[in-house]
Amino acid sequence: MNKYNPPRMNPSSLRSRFATRFLRSLSKINAKKPTASSSSPTEIFRRYRRIKVAADKSMAYSVRSRRTWSRAMLWKLRTRPCCRRSVKTSTIVRKTRHEKQNKNTTTTTGEDGVVFGVEADELRELVPGGEAMDLYNLLDETAHYIKCLTTQVQVMKKIADFYSP
Amino acid sequence: MSSRRSRSRQTGSTSRISDDQIIDLVSKLHQLLPEIRNAHSDKVSAAKVLQETCNYIRSLHREVDDLSERLSELLATTDNAQAAIIRTLLMQ
Repeated sequence: MNKYNPPRMNPSSLRSRFATRFLRSLSKINAKKPTASSSSPTEIFRRYRRIKVAADKSMAYSVRSRRTWSRAMLWKLRTRPCCRRSVKTSTIVRKTRHEKQNKNTTTTTGEDGVVFGVEADELRELVPGGEAMDLYNLLDETAHYIKCLTTQVQVMKKIADFYSP
Repeated sequence: MSSRRSRSRQTGSTSRISDDQIIDLVSKLHQLLPEIRNAHSDKVSAAKVLQETCNYIRSLHREVDDLSERLSELLATTDNAQAAIIRTLLMQ
């Protein structure tokens, strides 16, 4: 009676969009490996960085500009101090870091005087783009960010399990 | 120094966010958290929820890091087969 039907994948779901992009980046990363030193620790570390950036980038592109955190992450990824970027970009990054250091600790209060000072600031540091959000948007963005992070972890886990012996 | 316009936009903003909306969002966040340590899950304070959320996000970041490291080691030792990728895409 209970025939096992493998679940149909929704081609426009966040999970499939992320999985497609990420797998594509993975094959690109895999394709450019030099076969001579592919197992040296430096190569592995370099690949680890590339994979991590590819994962974050794939997720941010799957969400596009619909969310503040994804826009902030895309902006951050584009202005990374990459070795191939021009000098102009690195000055922008330096200015942003300087602005971040001047941030004063803000006390965020709800209507009834509940103070979320320290925790909200901690959250602001964790969620990309959180520094400029008010409490309502921060909570909203956090919920979506957590949902996307869990999807990312699930897909990466599936891929890692698939490739492990 | 340049004016910090965004800092002054605290609770005196044009749209009054009601406390109920904030409480709703906090409880929505609470639903997303893994319920491992919460004995009485309906009476958790908002600050605790935010704290747990921070910890959860940090642990997710750590998991992404570990998985990336694992993947980079695996890619060093595997041959990439196109069919394998398609199969991964199909299985949820």
